[in-house]
Amino acid sequence: MVVKVYGPIQAACPQRVLACLFEFGVDFELITVDLDSNEHKQPDFLQKQPFGQVPVVEDGEFRLFESRAIIRYYATKYGDKNRNLYGTTLEEKALVDQWLEVEAHHFNDMVYTIVLQKLVIPKMGGRTDFDLVHNCEKKLEQVFDIYEQRLSKNNYLAGNWFTLADLSHLPGIRYLMNECELGHLVRDRKKVNLWWDDISNRPAWKKVMQMFNGQG
Amino acid sequence: MAIKLYGTAASTNVLRVMACLAEKELDYEFVNVNMSNKEHKSPEFLSRNPFGQVPAFEDGDLKLFESRAITQYLAHTYPDNGTNLIIHDPKKMAIVGVWIEVEAQKFDRFGSKLAWELAYKPMFGLTTDETVVEEHEKNLEQVLDVYESRLSESKYLGGDCFTLADLHHLPVLKYLFGTKAKRLFDARPHVSAWAADIQSRPAWVKAITA
Repeated sequence: MVVKVYGPIQAACPQRVLACLFEFGVDFELITVDLDSNEHKQPDFLQKQPFGQVPVVEDGEFRLFESRAIIRYYATKYGDKNRNLYGTTLEEKALVDQWLEVEAHHFNDMVYTIVLQKLVIPKMGGRTDFDLVHNCEKKLEQVFDIYEQRLSKNNYLAGNWFTLADLSHLPGIRYLMNECELGHLVRDRKKVNLWWDDISNRPAWKKVMQMFNGQG
Repeated sequence: MAIKLYGTAASTNVLRVMACLAEKELDYEFVNVNMSNKEHKSPEFLSRNPFGQVPAFEDGDLKLFESRAITQYLAHTYPDNGTNLIIHDPKKMAIVGVWIEVEAQKFDRFGSKLAWELAYKPMFGLTTDETVVEEHEKNLEQVLDVYESRLSESKYLGGDCFTLADLHHLPVLKYLFGTKAKRLFDARPHVSAWAADIQSRPAWVKAITA
């Protein structure tokens, strides 16, 4: 049975899950949820995800939400196909978890706020708070400085191989490099720049981008 | 001693790890970090946590930061010590994983900001911003409504037994229950019962009174 992923291809969190499913070669069906018409806040959808957010995954009778819980589940389930994605020892797994936490708490909040202010709010007829955007950008500079330091010692965030911790950054950095026009955060840092070029050229991510571009 | 925890016992993120170590009945050395002297921004500490935050942790050669990565490491590495805080069945553990994310992304987002306004600021002689409190209480209430529904079907957030998904809430609950925000929990019977249950666990009581 094919895994069902609910969410629009344009949104970061569904992209995170799709990148993971492509890495493991898991067949899935993407069922679009129209955020513009508030489909995610309707009773039918709230039954699946009580916070009214995307994505939701249905694997037969088994249902999950929260993208980082979903990718951890599939990385554990298909560990034999690619053991490195979530570490081969408890210590390696702990480091993957550590950098996944960093992505979720230090990186994601800033990117989310910037996307909300620069893209979502104007679309809804509101005004961007440029001071807030600037503050988030300054904080991201500090985060990327730490990444630059880390990546000068390791090829990837959790160690010397690509893991969920790197994968989790793909959708957010894509936004920064494109619609948010903050590509300099990556391009100005030698190691971060090399790392981004590497991870964004992985076949699995390119497949996500094909889906993204195929829809306009 | 192999396990060392660096931080201050007033920090919710440090308490999260202390709660886990207590449940797992693991011996460790607590190394106090003097935050009023900005020790957490010193080069020595930044080599342990490049974000200059507490806690930092080591177990032999392994050095970690981020409290929820540390608790998950402890729970998986020491499954036979003390309380089992994870579930071995992958699907059941994935559900625990969902509610670990919910605590991290939703509960903590508003809960820790409320704890800052209502509990920490008075401790530091700063003035609580009631507008911020009102906004975050409203947001937290929406999250607690989902918890009420979940806990009417499930004894604990992750399933039938106490796991990391519940434990991660303890430090913020500790602070909020000493403030007017406690009423948000009291107003929801299943949430109230769950909060009382997990906060009365002997390991937690010992961790915060030691």
